[in-house]
Amino acid sequence: MSKSVAESILSGERMALARLLTQVENGSPEGRLTLDELFPHTGKAHLIGVTGAPGTGKSSLVNQMALQYRRPAAANPKRVAIVAVDPSSPFTGGAVLGDRVRMRDLAGDPGVFIRSMASRGSLGGLAQATAAMVQVFDAAGFDVILIETVGAGQTEVDIARLAHTTLVVESPGLGDEIQAIKAGILEIADILVINKADLPGVENAERALRGMLGLAHPVEKVFRHHGQAMSTPGREPANASLWVPPIVRTIATDGTGTGALMAAIEQHAQHLRQSGDWGRRERARLEAELEGLLTATLVAQFRASVPDGRYEEVVERLVQRTLSPWEAVKVLLNGGA
Amino acid sequence: MTERKIRVLVAKPGLDGHDRGAKVVARALRDAGMEVIYTGLRQTPEMIAEAALQEDVDVVGLSILSGAHMALIPCILELLKANGQEQVKIFVGGIIPDEDAQRLKEMGVTGVYGPGAPTGMIVNEIRAALAPAT
Repeated sequence: MSKSVAESILSGERMALARLLTQVENGSPEGRLTLDELFPHTGKAHLIGVTGAPGTGKSSLVNQMALQYRRPAAANPKRVAIVAVDPSSPFTGGAVLGDRVRMRDLAGDPGVFIRSMASRGSLGGLAQATAAMVQVFDAAGFDVILIETVGAGQTEVDIARLAHTTLVVESPGLGDEIQAIKAGILEIADILVINKADLPGVENAERALRGMLGLAHPVEKVFRHHGQAMSTPGREPANASLWVPPIVRTIATDGTGTGALMAAIEQHAQHLRQSGDWGRRERARLEAELEGLLTATLVAQFRASVPDGRYEEVVERLVQRTLSPWEAVKVLLNGGA
Repeated sequence: MTERKIRVLVAKPGLDGHDRGAKVVARALRDAGMEVIYTGLRQTPEMIAEAALQEDVDVVGLSILSGAHMALIPCILELLKANGQEQVKIFVGGIIPDEDAQRLKEMGVTGVYGPGAPTGMIVNEIRAALAPAT
């Protein structure tokens, strides 16, 4: 063992990369140490999130996008990593990860690396370790990282915190204007994709989304941005730095519309860089990650400091209704009666 | 910290289109708490080895009903070894004559199952095969 794991990753060894991803996914101490070493090499990749309801064609679309980034005609083909998250069973912890089925066109290309992840009990559409796995790919020199979420419902919006560019994939027949004006998943879209655009109902779907965008007061989508919120009545944002999500129609099974989608992604990346949002998103993401880790670590440390018997006793008093949950927290933290 | 999950690649190499068995086994492994990466039909040995590497699996399950197992499996074993994944356990399901099953096991396949094999037995044998390593 002359080379460290980090050095192997930086020099492009695929088996080392695959094994580190497993360590990171399992939260192992070795994985964490390697990640510390790799962290200075991160921050270069364009992170693109793909989310939307189950069955809208996210995996097929990711397949088409990766093909576009890799196609021989592209001036400088980009190295593409794909992280595809599917749900874990809440009962057994098992999972069937089926996203690779739609990505067979990418087999045999050394410039593409696909990794499937189970959500392992996380609820936001990603797994807890997804952000760390993405950092590994980033350090390993992948130019583009496509992150496919669990088939998401209405509030699985974690992806918008992680990615630079978030695609929300819809397909015809999924809902009316009421669905379109609800808060949640549609709000996080930087680009709205209507996939399966050969199906009937595509006009209605697009009209509903356009209506939603027309009503929208474009707001800055940096999470917890410190400046004032800008709101602009009407269609045209008065401030040119505000991004209005384009709507792109695609048919992912045959590649129709992928060109327009790629152009929209490129425009969004340019917009982020020119407006300074790229840096602001990075900052918000790192801050959120720090906060999450801090919370988890503090809780773990605290739990280790409370004797098991004491904890059980407090739970028992909760069950007996002699203590409310808030009182229980106070008792545990302050060591009261 | 999460415990180490058993990760299994379930693949159908070759040209037959019957994936019911592979799906039943995938579901059974899921219900046993394993993470199953399902790759679907008509995979080449190269595709399977590549997926096994990228996914860093502990087990590869192959379903073959075409009769081509003696051509496909040695090739897959070879490729896994070339990638440094000789520790990965291989399980095969399908229509495999007894004498072929014997030869496959000599080549390094851990388990071979025919029609009617109880899924619980497959689960137990996968766990047993991985037990010493963990």
